[in-house]
Amino acid sequence: MATITAANREAHWHKTRNLMIGHLVIWFIFAFVVHWFAPQLNKISFLDFPLGFYMAAQGSLIVFVVQLFVFAKQQDRIDREFGVAEED
Amino acid sequence: MAFFKKGSSFVENLPKIYGLYTGGFLLFFALMAISEKFGMSAKTIGIMFVSFTVVIYAVIGWLSRTMQVDAYYVAGRQVPPVFNGMATAADWMSGASFVAMAGGIYLGGHAYLAFVVGWTGGYVLVATLMAPYLRKFGCYTVPDFIGTRYGGNLARFCAVIVLVIASFTYVTAQINATGTIAARTLGIPFHIGVWIGLLTILLCSMLGGMRAVTWTQVAQYIVLIIAYLLPVYWMSIKQGFGMFPHLEYGEAVHRIMQLEVADKVGVLLPTAADMAQVHATFPGLKALTVLQATPGEGPIAAWRFVTLAACMMIGTASLPHILMRYFTTPSVRAARVSVAWSLLFIFLLYFTAPALATFTKLQLLDPNLATSIIGKSFAEVSALPWIQNWSHIGMVALKDFNGDGIVQINEFFIRGDIVVLATPEIAGLPYVISGLVAAGGMAAAMSTADGLLLAIANALSHDLYYKIIDPKAETRTRLIVARVLLLVIGALGSLVASFKLTGILGAVAWAFCFAMSGLFFPLVLGVWWKRANRAGAIAGMVVGLATGSWYLYMVKWGGMVPWWGMDDLRFGMVGATASLVAMVAVSLMTEAPDKETQAMVDEVRIPRGKTILASSH
Repeated sequence: MATITAANREAHWHKTRNLMIGHLVIWFIFAFVVHWFAPQLNKISFLDFPLGFYMAAQGSLIVFVVQLFVFAKQQDRIDREFGVAEED
Repeated sequence: MAFFKKGSSFVENLPKIYGLYTGGFLLFFALMAISEKFGMSAKTIGIMFVSFTVVIYAVIGWLSRTMQVDAYYVAGRQVPPVFNGMATAADWMSGASFVAMAGGIYLGGHAYLAFVVGWTGGYVLVATLMAPYLRKFGCYTVPDFIGTRYGGNLARFCAVIVLVIASFTYVTAQINATGTIAARTLGIPFHIGVWIGLLTILLCSMLGGMRAVTWTQVAQYIVLIIAYLLPVYWMSIKQGFGMFPHLEYGEAVHRIMQLEVADKVGVLLPTAADMAQVHATFPGLKALTVLQATPGEGPIAAWRFVTLAACMMIGTASLPHILMRYFTTPSVRAARVSVAWSLLFIFLLYFTAPALATFTKLQLLDPNLATSIIGKSFAEVSALPWIQNWSHIGMVALKDFNGDGIVQINEFFIRGDIVVLATPEIAGLPYVISGLVAAGGMAAAMSTADGLLLAIANALSHDLYYKIIDPKAETRTRLIVARVLLLVIGALGSLVASFKLTGILGAVAWAFCFAMSGLFFPLVLGVWWKRANRAGAIAGMVVGLATGSWYLYMVKWGGMVPWWGMDDLRFGMVGATASLVAMVAVSLMTEAPDKETQAMVDEVRIPRGKTILASSH
């Protein structure tokens, strides 16, 4: 196994951290911000649902699920780019 | 029997094995449906459903027995991501999710959806901050990580204490739920039901540890998800909302919003005197007073929503019985993918719960449906079989307070916990569905109880006994100690559960708050902040747990006014904040961790290479 240089580790961790922050920003929006404005959103109709209710009952949940599959893919790409992924 | 033994052929055959199992279960369901047509009694069907499924779990537990350390603690680290996802989903969705959540939404409306958002969003934290790194570490238990990352027995010991407090609070609620279901379907007293429940739980985990729990949890997931989805599809088709209820129940929500105005929900409230009269004979019942889809106005309501969601999310990412499921995957990459699968499987139930609550409410309110009760005469409604069955055991009540002979919204009382269990009867579905739902609830409570008991027993046997008390203990002794502990803790849990000290849902929310108060920051910062050291971690765990417990005590029993509306369900907010402040301050005031520890953190951050701890330790 090739050794991994310190610079490589640093660059890998830098990208990993940015990816984490990016996903947590999305998470924060759909976990908290959207529901803070639920009364206002409820005035909008989506698929026949009041939107504020819809986001709490389905919308945020769908975002979380999709987000995690995308996250797994993205992190794996970063790991491979810096040669720190596990051998297949 | 080659089933459930170590080896690649077993892993390759998993889809076939569980495919056959699912087919077999559906066949059993069909058989019961036919038997019902030929006159099998409702009670016999219930007993058949619960005992048939429990026997299957026990057989899987027996086939998975092992005397190897890594099989016992981490299922040999060979569980494929999709199956680990199903096992985690079963581990996760407890009696509270299955039995109580839809009922909570039925009574609590939008505010209650904070649980739905919180119990799914937490997995984003698990995937991005925790699971892959803990997997790379190669630990057997969560305190194993704390003990190795920060070094020293004291840090490990603190983690064991937090784990035991959080998980024990949680497990009593689950044993309570298994006892309740066993008692109702088998027709035995609750305190005996609790011990029978425990027996079935131990059958699944005693002999095979994590390996046995993994494969029974997959089986339990399949039963519980079928049991949850089937009645909703059935009702949706019956009520004319089509084959895709999740997309189409918006119309039902609108219809309820109209009926809420007509029936004066939230306007026509039961008076305090009326409530006292109901509670004198039937404690815990509630009338419908909250609107289904309309959130409370103003910043206080919004703040209460987001703080509850935050507690459930951060708690999710700190609960050891969930984190340890990701120790069982074959690789770091698999651990990440597995979190995504877990959430998908959990999502299937959680996005159905609001639909179930909506359809059930419509069944009761909509005068166009034959099943409705609001606006009908008392004589007619009290003659309904489901009203009689459930009011007989004090779960439903009707009182004609204004004496007009018509059932009004403030004259019908129900216990939230029974909405899911009673829905098939309310909607007039055949009894075979009720039997299925009982089996599903049993599966949900059993699988969570198993995961929790194992988390506690493993922490005590591995971290306390092997790592701290007797590091020279032989494998055989370690595994025997682990099993004895499992038995003792299960018995203690049942004893506490049989006193019925807490409701199911309250105890669950407390468990989350305990876990986040003590463990969240020591775990996250252990990976993400190299500067975090032993003194800081110990301070974080001790101060977090102590502050959280103090706040809980003061708000619940000490008569203190909650800060910014954060009641006893949200005490984790206070505990976790104290934990963060203490951990950062103490870490900065003491010396940075040594070179070796820093190098260890570097290794944890990349997937490649050996785990930090040897594969068998």
